[in-house]
Amino acid sequence: MELQIDDAILVRDYMKGDERALELLINKHNQRLSSFIYSKVKDREATEDIFQDTFMKVIRTLKRGAYNEEGKFLSWVMRIAHNLIIDHFRRNKRMPKFQSNGDFNIFGVISDDELNVECQLIKDQIDCDLGQLIEELPEDQKKVLLMRIYKNMSFKEIAENTGVSINTALGRMRYALINIRKVIEKHDIVLTN
Amino acid sequence: MEHIYIKDNTHCELVKTRPSRIRFLLDYSKSLNIIEHHGVTFESNLN
Repeated sequence: MELQIDDAILVRDYMKGDERALELLINKHNQRLSSFIYSKVKDREATEDIFQDTFMKVIRTLKRGAYNEEGKFLSWVMRIAHNLIIDHFRRNKRMPKFQSNGDFNIFGVISDDELNVECQLIKDQIDCDLGQLIEELPEDQKKVLLMRIYKNMSFKEIAENTGVSINTALGRMRYALINIRKVIEKHDIVLTN
Repeated sequence: MEHIYIKDNTHCELVKTRPSRIRFLLDYSKSLNIIEHHGVTFESNLN
């Protein structure tokens, strides 16, 4: 039976210079991370390239001592891999371009409303980032924002549900947006597709 | 009677990165040397 050592211990040992700890970390997360990457890119070679680039970033960050262990090693690594997958799709825009030279353009008739894989990944990331920003808001502002944006409720309904006046609900929504913008600007967060 | 095989799409395919790539990463780690001097970080690969 293989002994599973906690990530935090392995990271600490590696940062102290124990190279064997890195081997254990890589082998421990190999299948999970590789399968995650493969589920997105559907290509074995690209999967291994991204896996390699991910751990090269991990190694550099750990060796610089720039990693702050908060018990979230795997989610941090997955996040790096996720960003590299997005880069991969940006680099490989392999969709053939259709050049129309006549009056009729087939793409004017056929349309696909679904996002492509790259846009979907970026959208997922933005949704995730936005969710975290909303979580940071004061409770009253968060409640109004969630009801308005995610539940599509009118301000009248929000006011009735929260037991405040419409003006108060409007004010809370306004402050919620101001606060989110402040955090976005402060941390240079990019929330565009 | 002919069997009908249904492809189960609910499970993701499990893959693993090959040992040669892992070997590369371990060698890369051993060769990488990072020094910080007066707030400037220098990276070098020792062969």
